[in-house]
Amino acid sequence: MNLPDDLHESVKMALDPSKTLNFSPMLRLQWEETQQKHVILYPEGMVELNVPSTEILKLCDGSHNAEEILVELESKFNQPGLRNDIFGFLEVAIENGWVS
Amino acid sequence: MAGSVNDTITPPRWLLAELTYSCPLQCPYCANPINFASIRNELSTEDWLRVLTEARAMGAVQLGFSGGEPLTRQDLPVLVKHARELGYFSNLITSGYGMTEAKIVELKEAGLDHIQVSIQSPEKTLNDELAGTESYEHKKEVARLVKRHGYPMVLCVVIHRKNIHQMRDILDMASDLGADYLELANTQYYGWAHLNRDQLLPTKEQFEEAEAIAQAYKEKVKGKMKIYYVVPDFYENRPKACMNGWGTTFLTIAPDGTALPCHSARELPGLLCPNVKDLSVHDIWHHSDAFNYFRGFEWMKEPCRSCPEKAKDFGGCHCQAYLLTGDMHNADPACSLSPDRQRVYEAIFSARYDSESADAKPLVFRNPKNSKVLAS
Repeated sequence: MNLPDDLHESVKMALDPSKTLNFSPMLRLQWEETQQKHVILYPEGMVELNVPSTEILKLCDGSHNAEEILVELESKFNQPGLRNDIFGFLEVAIENGWVS
Repeated sequence: MAGSVNDTITPPRWLLAELTYSCPLQCPYCANPINFASIRNELSTEDWLRVLTEARAMGAVQLGFSGGEPLTRQDLPVLVKHARELGYFSNLITSGYGMTEAKIVELKEAGLDHIQVSIQSPEKTLNDELAGTESYEHKKEVARLVKRHGYPMVLCVVIHRKNIHQMRDILDMASDLGADYLELANTQYYGWAHLNRDQLLPTKEQFEEAEAIAQAYKEKVKGKMKIYYVVPDFYENRPKACMNGWGTTFLTIAPDGTALPCHSARELPGLLCPNVKDLSVHDIWHHSDAFNYFRGFEWMKEPCRSCPEKAKDFGGCHCQAYLLTGDMHNADPACSLSPDRQRVYEAIFSARYDSESADAKPLVFRNPKNSKVLAS
């Protein structure tokens, strides 16, 4: 999974896999037609997302926890062994304040 | 130069809508042009609605409503609503002056995404002196209301010699107000700031001390408040990649409809900037001479032309090159490789001389009266 470039400095925070996750109400996740990709919009900035990152963030909808996101995406993409990638991304997302 | 690089043009991502040059404040570091008072014929609501639509269709997604003070435009909620419907992430860049709780609610309902409030200093006397208006308590109240109504709150403090010693108090103030983001904007010396440079430019020692304090604080508030630090390029060895490259990302529309590749570009002589009253945003972006002028590398002189870093910083800032050397095609003297680097040292020396002088020059405040005198 390729993460956006500006995340290098991030220190990963502990992820509680049983805690329900929410995408921040201060930000906006939207499809950009001209860029043909999803982006996160925040005050005066934007992060471009790849498909896997978008799929994870869309499930941070107040009714899934990390374990459930993992199960759902492994099933959807018919690909086991995504735990490290998905949990790793969620830790970064929490650290950046995109998800809580 | 025009037309030679049309096939590599990227779409605008950022639209800065300078709705008006009217402002109740008089900050002496304002980036507006010196002659703002003689620029009339503000765009109509219909013009702005069209500009927003056209730029969005091209791919612009971040939108700043700025000025002057954008709150003086009575049609602001209409523009905000249209922007939200188009899918922009809209940012209101305000002094807070004239803001009421009812307006904060109205703009939220219209779809405004965030409000950036500027404060001149964490100390009332200096804040009010720099703003040229008694505004300190009101600004702090606005910052609290912005937060209370669920907006991400960005506090902006412009840093210069009059307030740089207050860095610790600035950081504490932002933290106390619950800012989600703090923008520490070292003054960029264009417009009124250029005019007042001797009185505003801090010494290198002051910069270094303030930066160290801000960096340490950044660690302390990690996860709670994000700090954006706009670097002061007079003390750097390489210039900033101005506007992320000319005509690549940023589009500014001035109050009269003049389209600018950067908000200072109307200072550049001979650059005939087009107007949205005459041309569509698409035509301006793709086909106008002004937007094509500094695209690519063809325009470059030495030492930029053969520099291995030219794709990184694009030769720096053309407005700064013009203001410091008289020729916008020169390398930005903020670069240590510039043959005009001496101009930067002279500016630093001149400011230090002013700071130590017994009869230091007074600040020239940004107001219509001074604008008219200076432009005549």
